[in-house]
Amino acid sequence: MGVKHGDKKMLTGNYAVAYGARLAQVEVVPAYPITPQTQIMEKLVEFIEKGELKARFVPVESEHSAMTVAIAAQATGARSFTASSSQGLAYMHENLFVASGLRLPLVLAVVNRGLAMPISIHPDQTDSLAERDSGCIQFYAADAQEALDLILQAYRVAEDQDVLLPVMVCLEGFLISHFTEIVEVPDQAEAKDFVGDYTSRHVILDPQRPMHIGILVNEHYYTEYRFQQKQAMDSAKKVIKKVAEEYRARFGRGHGLVESYKTEDAQIVIVTMGALSGVAKLAVDRLREDGIKAGLVRLVAFRPFPKDEIIGCCRAADTVVVLDRNVSLGSSGIIYLEVSSSLCNLSSGPRIYDVILGLGGRDIGQEDIEELVKKLTGRVPDVQDVSWAKVRGAM
Amino acid sequence: MEKDKTFIRPGNFFCPGCPAGIIWKLILKVLGPNCIASIGSTCVGMPAILYPSPLDIPTLHVGMPGPAAALSGISAALEILAEKGKRPARGNINVFAIAGDGGTADIGMAALSGAAERNDNGIYFCFDNEAYMNTGIQRSSLTPRKSWTTTTPVGKFQTKKDLPTIMAAHRIPYVATASLGFPNDFIAKIKKARDLKKGFRYIHILAPCPIGWGFPSEKTVEVSRLAVETGVWPLYEIESGVMRQAQRKTARKPVSQYFRIQKRFAHLTDDEIDAVEAVLRKTETPE
Repeated sequence: MGVKHGDKKMLTGNYAVAYGARLAQVEVVPAYPITPQTQIMEKLVEFIEKGELKARFVPVESEHSAMTVAIAAQATGARSFTASSSQGLAYMHENLFVASGLRLPLVLAVVNRGLAMPISIHPDQTDSLAERDSGCIQFYAADAQEALDLILQAYRVAEDQDVLLPVMVCLEGFLISHFTEIVEVPDQAEAKDFVGDYTSRHVILDPQRPMHIGILVNEHYYTEYRFQQKQAMDSAKKVIKKVAEEYRARFGRGHGLVESYKTEDAQIVIVTMGALSGVAKLAVDRLREDGIKAGLVRLVAFRPFPKDEIIGCCRAADTVVVLDRNVSLGSSGIIYLEVSSSLCNLSSGPRIYDVILGLGGRDIGQEDIEELVKKLTGRVPDVQDVSWAKVRGAM
Repeated sequence: MEKDKTFIRPGNFFCPGCPAGIIWKLILKVLGPNCIASIGSTCVGMPAILYPSPLDIPTLHVGMPGPAAALSGISAALEILAEKGKRPARGNINVFAIAGDGGTADIGMAALSGAAERNDNGIYFCFDNEAYMNTGIQRSSLTPRKSWTTTTPVGKFQTKKDLPTIMAAHRIPYVATASLGFPNDFIAKIKKARDLKKGFRYIHILAPCPIGWGFPSEKTVEVSRLAVETGVWPLYEIESGVMRQAQRKTARKPVSQYFRIQKRFAHLTDDEIDAVEAVLRKTETPE
């Protein structure tokens, strides 16, 4: 079976996500508009109205209800999909724990946007990273094509019997959601064959087989439920890699836990995720031209966190520079915390720096990354482990 | 279906005298066993939430604000799955939600109004015990004026929200009030809601709580009847915008009979009760 290339279309990241959901033949789509996500739901409504997608759109009155409807529909046996951003995602917060605790494999697109106050409709990945403990798998797309591919992969991963967890596919607002790119849209029949039908064996509202979904367990079973979710996350690592390989064999692209770029001999490894990786790759090339052996690891999955892959790509390096388009106030960037905890028990691990940058959509260019990598690796004595780039008022 | 088969088995976690057991029995007598229920985080939801369960129907409990939206999700899924030939047509399965006054009128109000405005398919039962009883008797927007609760220690200052008429203002096909003191009326209303088949149907049941209201646990049905007989809880239905009130066969009883049987109104003076009596007399429909 050879690679089947699809039609090429000019699509924004948001439309690419909507095409992904259409290809996955989602069945119930509850959604509430929020910039920069809105076009995903608008496009899906268009598909449904034109008869190109057999699904129910539920125009809910809030994101909280969007996630409740998605949970209930998935528990009734329908493949569910919704999308949100920033405050909308925060409004879903409690229900994300419900979805993962009930082991419902629904998929949620998150178009990253700054969390108010103050308001920025441009990206800051803190909105989805603040949900990292919710038990949802998290993917971060680097471009529109990957956003589409990851939606299809997400359903396969979510519905795998060894996983059964909800998945968030995150893409940065405007930088990806509103940027028009050439996107290859797989053939519907091929996509259907890849994703398959959703059949719920574990959680199903069926009068023929009555079960009570969402019960009280207290200290008797709570820990075991959480432990099983942890095991599902562990299994997800293997499943994500397997699904990425299958996707690659069928469609010519595949997105696993990480993407590594020139890390084999790298002395300096940049770690980041999402759209920043594009300019970071250019910076790696320029740094290499200047004789600095740089490389890049891009996280595709943040949950489960690809610890082994991070160790594999970073253990031989002298320096790791994490680029965080997010911040955990009172601590550091969130990726930095994970990378540090992955590398902290190595006997002779690299020095790890964190740079917080690009918040609320502040533009970061290849030259910015080049400059800060040179500064951090120049062994300037007063350099801090955690710093902010391109910020006014910094000492 | 066996004639006397009930779909709530003996043995449950309700307090002595709680009306929830009777209400479940009546609802399931009409709607069970081919139904799916969305459950609020509430006293009345306990048989679905606590293991082992006495219920023989599938239930979903999403959380405090969730019951109406979960009903929407279940119905949407059944409809599309039937359309795709994956599940039997939803006409066969009765979808309903049941939640308390908090999950309905307060934290769940946005979801309730949304589901009603969309006219999503299902029956919604509000189990109104007039306070947050599951957390230990705190006021809700459906607690009546002057009632004692732990968060209204000198009596509630505000008036009870008139939720059934708010629901009727959504122009949904069916709204009704009910009381377990009048089970045949309640059963008839559930049947009517069921047989309408489509759209959002709302039934609001007054649910006297022996612990929260302060009356002996054997008097639940009596208090339920008194609420109706004194005119405090009128029984009516609004079908396609047309209101029909149950006709009283006997003279209205003095409202003091309802107030004086409950400790939550123990601080009311005779004058205060007389004032309520006067209001009810004024609004009474002439014979």
